[in-house]
Amino acid sequence: MAVKTVIEAIRDGMDEEMARDPGVFLIGEDVGNRGGVFLASDGLFKKYGELRVIDSPLAESCIVGVAIGAAVNGMRPIAEIQFADFIAPAMNQIIEEAARFSYRTAGDFNLPMVIRAPWGGGVHGALYHSQSIEATFAHIPGLKVVAPGTPADAKGLLKAAIRDPDPVLYLEHKRTYRLVKGDVPNGDHVVPIGKADVKREGKDLSLIAYGLMLTYCLEVAEKLAGDGISAEVLDLRTIKPIDRAAIIATARKTGKVLVVHEDTPFAGVAAEVMAIIMENAFDALDAPVMRFTGPDVPAMPFNHVLEEAFMPSPEKILAKARELAAQ
Amino acid sequence: MALKTTEVEAKGGQSRHRSLGLSDEQALRIYEVMRLARAVDERMWLINRQGRAPFVISCQGQEGAQVGTAAALRTGYDWVAPYYRDAGVILWFGMTARDQMLSFFARREDPNSGGRQMPGHFGSRRLHIVTGGSPVATQLLHAAGVALASKQRKEDAVTAAYFGEGAASQGDTHEAMNFAGIHKLALVFVCENNGYAISVPQSHQMAIQNVADRAAGYGFPGVVVDGNDVLACYEVARQAVERARRGEGPTLIEVKTYRFTAHSSDDDDKRYRPAEEVAIWRQKDPIQRYATYLREAGILRDPVEAAITGRVDQQVDEATEYAEQAPDPTPDDLTTFVYKQELKP
Repeated sequence: MAVKTVIEAIRDGMDEEMARDPGVFLIGEDVGNRGGVFLASDGLFKKYGELRVIDSPLAESCIVGVAIGAAVNGMRPIAEIQFADFIAPAMNQIIEEAARFSYRTAGDFNLPMVIRAPWGGGVHGALYHSQSIEATFAHIPGLKVVAPGTPADAKGLLKAAIRDPDPVLYLEHKRTYRLVKGDVPNGDHVVPIGKADVKREGKDLSLIAYGLMLTYCLEVAEKLAGDGISAEVLDLRTIKPIDRAAIIATARKTGKVLVVHEDTPFAGVAAEVMAIIMENAFDALDAPVMRFTGPDVPAMPFNHVLEEAFMPSPEKILAKARELAAQ
Repeated sequence: MALKTTEVEAKGGQSRHRSLGLSDEQALRIYEVMRLARAVDERMWLINRQGRAPFVISCQGQEGAQVGTAAALRTGYDWVAPYYRDAGVILWFGMTARDQMLSFFARREDPNSGGRQMPGHFGSRRLHIVTGGSPVATQLLHAAGVALASKQRKEDAVTAAYFGEGAASQGDTHEAMNFAGIHKLALVFVCENNGYAISVPQSHQMAIQNVADRAAGYGFPGVVVDGNDVLACYEVARQAVERARRGEGPTLIEVKTYRFTAHSSDDDDKRYRPAEEVAIWRQKDPIQRYATYLREAGILRDPVEAAITGRVDQQVDEATEYAEQAPDPTPDDLTTFVYKQELKP
């Protein structure tokens, strides 16, 4: 075990997979000599050279489209989108192309590729450096979407994503990069895609979250314990394919569920989680399922008052959890 | 573009195909694949108009551009990323009339997609044909990625990416050419300029005469060639492929050609182009023109021609019969292969 930050865990994950498999390479804006704008690939350019750590032109469709082609021809590309907010120019390549290669060829082609995208707010990033994109992509069959919240999961899920035979959108929350530290197991630590994780056991209510909101929910659970409320915290880790069994299990166990994300609510991940609970654990519920999310506005403003008003915080989540506990 | 008289002799008195390094057999093979592409296409229209299949999209008129350029590649080693008209390319790369008919009837056995895609959406990992969707120009970036992988592994495979002049307007075209130029990829861009993107003429697609002129902006050569002269297409493609294989980078080949049919079976081209224009281009039919050449060169004698016609007709008949009776996918096939690694709900 070693204590690492999320960004270190991501770097270690890429480094180990590149060392393990000569087909793995990284392509993206500023990933080379600069080591990435967040230093996710710091040192990899020197170690693996310009054919395996490729500074792309400033063109996101190019990054993803080239990664698709390389995956067709036997490679395992990691395509880095510098900020999730800038993924829109690559939507055609991701949705119409990458997500459909297997389906549209009845399995003749498959694309072992990862698209890494730093996401989320609370970093004074304003409208275009703060967005949550998970619901948009989780809606697309053919894609897998993961959103780890701890260093161990960040490394383990990245390694799983790189080894996966299908395209995986790997979302790394910017605010967690250096904020969240934790033990990362030594050796070849791989976390399977599609498995949620109970990060804290409890019996009175369940908090379901991922990414930065996991950290906030763990804080909330600690505070609830002070109130004498035992909160379970389920970390989804993977958005698609979602771990239905784990969601149903925690709902049945506590009978009260609060789903938390900073993405906007409409047709969001919380809505899907709530539908799963309603379809499968309605009889076990002691209260209506609740959600706490960012507001339905286009994106997160720059001004700190507005940003704080947008972002879910431990305090706001705690208030909502107390409301649920009182029901 | 005026129709040139067929020139049998190249400089030095040799016949043109031999001066290009093509044996008589190879020259005839090119002819036969062009004929097969045309014959399959014509049969599809017939069946479509009889109401036995819902959709056809055509290669007719562009077979010279397609087979001529594909013939410069090493099948089974090099890669192609075709677009939806490229029946000539994929037949050269090893697909069969039966494969095409299975796709046309959208049967379960369709090797491109198991009946999931419309006809013309080619793809075969085994044959090194990159699967294509319907959005245009996306395949140019895939081709750049395929070529990048070859470069990363220090292999000398060449990738050819095909597209129409309409697709040249897409951002992905720019991004692919830019990337290919930066990395000197072993990539040959083949723009089949048939003058129309569905109904929109080239004059409303771009302000320039030649798509190939844009190559200068990406740091590699652009060449314009008569797309209805199959040997001219072969010649420029061979030069581009050799250059790419030597590691000297991409080439943009623009083949000036024309489609004889409407955009698809759901289009009415009389709404946007005069019948006289189509008639003029039909006089420049790349197959007829090449047949004239081969006859004048003395290698397409009547028995040879009859044998080719016999083989082509037989393949089309057999393919049609087989595919029309082949089973459809079942409803259970709807949910398979969403992922390589099937997910359990």
